[in-house]
Amino acid sequence: MSHIAEVQSATFERLPLLTWMRKNLFNTWGNSVLTLITGWLIFIIGRGLLVWVFTQAEWEVIGANLRLFLLGQYPITQVWRIWLSLLLLAFLSGNALSLWGRKGRAAGRFAVALVVTLLLLMLAPVGIEARGWLLALVFLIGLGWFMGRSATRRMRQVITVGFIIWPPIFILLLRGLTPADGLLPLVGTNLWGGLLLTFMLTVVGIVFSFPLGVLLALGRRSQLRIVRWVSIGYIELIRGVPLITILFMAQLMLPLFLPTGITIDRIIRAMVGITLFSAAYLAENVRGGLQAIPKGQFEAAYALGLSGLHTMGLIVMPQALRLVIPILVGQFIALFKDTALVAIVGLLDLVGIAKTVLAQPEFLGLQREVYAFVSLLYWVFSYAMSYVSIRLESSLGIGQR
Amino acid sequence: MSPSKEPIIICRDVHKSFGDFQALRGINMEVQPAEVIVIFGPSGSGKSTFIRTINRLEEHQRGQIIVDGIELDHDLRNIEKIRAETGMVFQQFNLFPHLTVLQNITLATIWVRKWAKEKAEKKALELLERVGIPEQAGKYPGQLSGGQQQRVAIARALAMEPKIMLFDEPTSALDPEMIKEVLDVMTELAKSGMTMLVVTHEMGFARAVADRMFFFDKGEIVETGTPKDLFERPKEARTKLFLSQILQH
Repeated sequence: MSHIAEVQSATFERLPLLTWMRKNLFNTWGNSVLTLITGWLIFIIGRGLLVWVFTQAEWEVIGANLRLFLLGQYPITQVWRIWLSLLLLAFLSGNALSLWGRKGRAAGRFAVALVVTLLLLMLAPVGIEARGWLLALVFLIGLGWFMGRSATRRMRQVITVGFIIWPPIFILLLRGLTPADGLLPLVGTNLWGGLLLTFMLTVVGIVFSFPLGVLLALGRRSQLRIVRWVSIGYIELIRGVPLITILFMAQLMLPLFLPTGITIDRIIRAMVGITLFSAAYLAENVRGGLQAIPKGQFEAAYALGLSGLHTMGLIVMPQALRLVIPILVGQFIALFKDTALVAIVGLLDLVGIAKTVLAQPEFLGLQREVYAFVSLLYWVFSYAMSYVSIRLESSLGIGQR
Repeated sequence: MSPSKEPIIICRDVHKSFGDFQALRGINMEVQPAEVIVIFGPSGSGKSTFIRTINRLEEHQRGQIIVDGIELDHDLRNIEKIRAETGMVFQQFNLFPHLTVLQNITLATIWVRKWAKEKAEKKALELLERVGIPEQAGKYPGQLSGGQQQRVAIARALAMEPKIMLFDEPTSALDPEMIKEVLDVMTELAKSGMTMLVVTHEMGFARAVADRMFFFDKGEIVETGTPKDLFERPKEARTKLFLSQILQH
C-alpha cells in the first residue's frame, strides 16, 4: 500500500500548471503528439456527448416512465408498501452505520452521502408524494443514527436480527397477504418489474448461491469420492453452459419435468437459474481461497482438539472468504448485470421494461435516451457495490500483513 | 520424576513411510509423567515425524502408540480426546492470523472444553502473564515479533491444561535474540512438572532441562541417555559426529 501512496503523491505533486504540463504531457516529441491526438479525441467525444445530453436528447421519456423503470407495473395504490419497507431499512442502516462505524469516519461520510443522494433525488420529477417519502427516509436514517450513538450491546443484536428479518418482511409486504379488498392485497409476481425486479433477482441470487457455492467448494475438496465427483460434475457442467441457456431451460424445459398441475412462478424459475449458475462460479472462487490457507492452520486447529467442522468454520473458512472478498464482489457485480438476460426470456426487469417503454408509439426511436438511463442506473449500483467492498476489505484487513 | 509410575506415552515399533521413503523404522519409547525428553538429529531423521505421530498429525502404519492410556487408532473420538490432552507448539507458530491473541488462546477452551467466555478469558490472561506478554492480549499475531508469537502459541496450547506438551523445533524459525525468551518459558514449564517432548538443536537447553535425550538418524533411535551420557561419553560414532558438528559453533 505504502508504495502506491508514494506513486500517487508523486503524480499529484503540486507544480505550476505549465511546468506540470511540460513534465507530464509534453516531455518528449512522441508524447506531445500523443497528447494532442488524445486531447482532440476527448474534445470531440465530450462535445458530442454534452451537446446531445443537454440540447438534443428527449429526457421526457424517462420522467414519464420513471415509475415503470423503477417498479414495473406494481400497482400505484400499493406502492406505499415498498416505501414502508424502505423506511425500515433506512432506520436499520442509520443505526448500523453509527453503531459499527464509531471508530472510523468512513461510516459518517457514507451516511452523509446517502442522505445527500436522497435529497438530490427529491429534485427529480418524482411527484409530491414520493418527495414526502424521500424526506421520511432521510428522517429515519437520522433517527437511527442518533439512537445508535447511545446504544448498548443489546441494541447491536436487535439491529442484526432486524437485518436478518428485513428481507422476508419486504417480500411479504411486496407480495401481500389478503384478497383484493383487504389491507394487503396480493400483488402477483407478474406485476413486479423494473429496477425492483433486477434487485430481487440479484439479492436472491447472492443470498442463495453463496451457501450453495461454499458447500460445492467444500464438496470438491471432500475425502468422500461420491461427494467430490458430484461437486466436480455440477461445477463443470454449469460452467460449460451460457447463463442464457440455463434461463431458457428453467423457463421452457422445467415445466416438462414437473407433474401436471404444478407450475412454478416464472420469476422464481429465473431466480433458481441465476442461483444455480452463480453457485458454480462461486464454488471455484471459494476453492481458490481455501487452497491459499497454509496446512499449518489446519494442523494447529487439529492439535488443539478442534473437530473438522470447527476447524473449517472457525479457522479456515473465515480466512479463505476474507481472501476472496474482492473476487466475490466482482462476481456479485457481474451477477447484478447478468440478470439483464432475463429480459430475453420475457421478464420485465430493468432492460425488459426499457424494451416495453420503447415499444410505446409515443416513445419510438428514443433508444439512446432509454439505454443511457438504464446504463447509468446499472453503473451507479455496481459502483456502490464496488465501493462498499473496498471499505469492507480495509476494515477487515486488520492484523493481516 | 518417579520411574515407578505408569508411562504416559508408550510407543512400540512405530513405523511410518511416505511413499518409498521410510521416515520411521521401528521407534520404541516410553515416557514417564513429568519427564522432559529432548529429541535431536540431522534433518530428515524422522524426529518431527515422530512427535507428530503422537497426536496423529501423522498416521503411523505399524506398531502401537498409547497416550495417557488411550491407544491411537482410526477412532476419531480417541484422536480428538488425545489431541485435547496434548498441546503442540510448531516451528512456524501457526497462530490464527484473523483472531486476536486473546481469541487465539480462548478458542479451544470455548469450543472444545465448552468453558464460559469469562472463564476462558481469565485463564488466557493468566497464561499471557506467565509467558510474559499480558499487554499484547488485544493485538493480532501479525503485529507481534516472532518470539512473542511463539510465546502466544505456547499459551494457546497450555490453555487446554494438557498433560503433555509437544514442541516441534520451537526456536528454529526465530531470530537469535528471540530464542532465549522462548527457551526461558519452556524451562519454567519443565520445572513446573509438565511432561514435555521437545525436538530441538538447542543443546544448552537440553543440558539444563532434559531428563533423557534421544538421538535420531535415518528413522531410528541411534542412542539414548541422560544429557550427561550423551554429551560426555557418547557411545555411537554417528552421535559423536553429529554432536561435534552442532557444538562446534
